[in-house]
Amino acid sequence: MTSKIKVFPGTPLREVDFKEGKILYRHDEMNGQYAWDTGIGIGSYLAALKEGVLLGSYCRSCRRTVVPPRTVCEWCFRPMNSYIPLKDTGTVNTFSLCYITWDLKRIKEPEISAVIEIDGASPLHGIMHKLGEVDPEDVHIGMRVQAVWKPADEREGAITDILYFKPIKEG
Amino acid sequence: MGMRKVAVVGAGMTKFMRRAQETGKELSWQAARMALASCEMTLDDIQAVCLGTAPDAFDSIHLKGEYLSDGAGAWGKPYMRSYVGGGTGVFAPIQGWYHVASGLFDAVLVVCEEKMSSFYPHAQGAFLTIFDHTTERPLKPNLLWIFAMEMNRYMQTYGISKEDIAHVAVKNKRNAADHPCALLGNPDITVEDVLNSELLAWPVNRLDVSPVSDGAVALVMVAEHVAKRVTDKPVWIQGVGWSLDTAYWTNRDLAYPRYVEYAARMAYEMAGIKEPRKEINIVEPYDPFDYKECHHLEGLLLADRGQAPQLAIDGVSLRDGDMPVCPSGGLLGVGNPIAAAGLMKVAEIFWQLRGEAGARQVPGQPKRGLAQAWGDLMQVGTVVIMGTNP
Ligand SMILES: [Zn+2]
Repeated sequence: MTSKIKVFPGTPLREVDFKEGKILYRHDEMNGQYAWDTGIGIGSYLAALKEGVLLGSYCRSCRRTVVPPRTVCEWCFRPMNSYIPLKDTGTVNTFSLCYITWDLKRIKEPEISAVIEIDGASPLHGIMHKLGEVDPEDVHIGMRVQAVWKPADEREGAITDILYFKPIKEG
Repeated sequence: MGMRKVAVVGAGMTKFMRRAQETGKELSWQAARMALASCEMTLDDIQAVCLGTAPDAFDSIHLKGEYLSDGAGAWGKPYMRSYVGGGTGVFAPIQGWYHVASGLFDAVLVVCEEKMSSFYPHAQGAFLTIFDHTTERPLKPNLLWIFAMEMNRYMQTYGISKEDIAHVAVKNKRNAADHPCALLGNPDITVEDVLNSELLAWPVNRLDVSPVSDGAVALVMVAEHVAKRVTDKPVWIQGVGWSLDTAYWTNRDLAYPRYVEYAARMAYEMAGIKEPRKEINIVEPYDPFDYKECHHLEGLLLADRGQAPQLAIDGVSLRDGDMPVCPSGGLLGVGNPIAAAGLMKVAEIFWQLRGEAGARQVPGQPKRGLAQAWGDLMQVGTVVIMGTNP
């Protein structure tokens, strides 16, 4: 059928159509403010972060330690309410060097996002965070890293109580 | 399984555009009208309507299904919107399939629409809410992080280079040059062009990514007795599958999309396919990024793990290769209006199997094709297998 149709519907607009005022549109800014309850599992996680501890939870049936902690085990659907402190060290599972912001503004020094497998959690179990105190050129998968915390009196019970993870100097 | 046979008998689509003057309703109507006209049916012949569209956040329209209902032809009919993120475009026809296979309806219209251009300053911002509000969003992530990190993990696990993967972008953008609705077709693009395009989030460069787009696609799906009445070239749904992985995306293997494998196995079993690499003639895997085509071909069991880039390098996945992949031009070339892009892949298999794909036609009268999409927080796989035999 497509081979028989020559002209497809749709009217593409160009940037210049807007600049020259050829297009009418309505612009609005939506009010979107929220306050999210933390729940039980993440509430415990945040409380521990305030104390300078990364918390996971453990399922006895599956012998699995996950992070962040949660109240139900996805695998066996049993309660997962045994919370255990993990180390604040880990291994870079993967990373990116990001040169733009969410609204496509360029940044010169890349933000380094990473998935960090946390020591004490099950294999391949990590969290997303950022890396710092490292030359972007030197970042690699498998790199050992440690959390850099805010000073205790500045922590507020948030993931940002960890400023970033930095490389562990070996030897 | 005691289910009725279901055929696709008509398809229609709009151009895929960076920004369309038409509203989502208007785009939906254009695609739906073309699909109905292509099989000489009218809305009176349609008993139910299935709509697919991605997050309400794109247009800040609450209950977008209801908003789009007039353009989708839903007035006075059983109507439901389905939404599984980027997987929506291949899930909506699965919904259409079970509406008919169950015996509930004889003819349904499936419409997928997306209008991503409304979000300011860039549609990427609408995706920020996929990250967990408490444990991730305070880090101020952008959408590219997640894909760049998955691509990096995939490359590292199998020793794949950016150049290997760039062959996929080249293939799809060249294929799209033959698609009349394509946004980014380019017959002359090279691997160097991809590698030299602007670096966004290493390892992702601009030409590794599909463009945000506006557009709509529609299908008509009917029971066997209706199909026989309206066409001598029905294309049959042979198998469907869908599956979901954990939403804790940092707690799973990022190098392999296990959920796609589960979805594919469900569809293969339904279709009676034992050796997918021999039995599938054309593939339209979801390719919002070039590495995702590779990832998905492996999850679909159509390539060994870590070997999918080689299919593009060796020409196996070219339009005239042994297993054409994204002969449409895919999301990388035609464009990526999320839900519409997935349904475009199903429509492409429909046109290819009928021998109606024009300049994009795969040689050798293909008998069976597979379309797949993927989405949510990188964790849902949706698969449809279609063939010239019921
Ligand atoms: Zn368990």
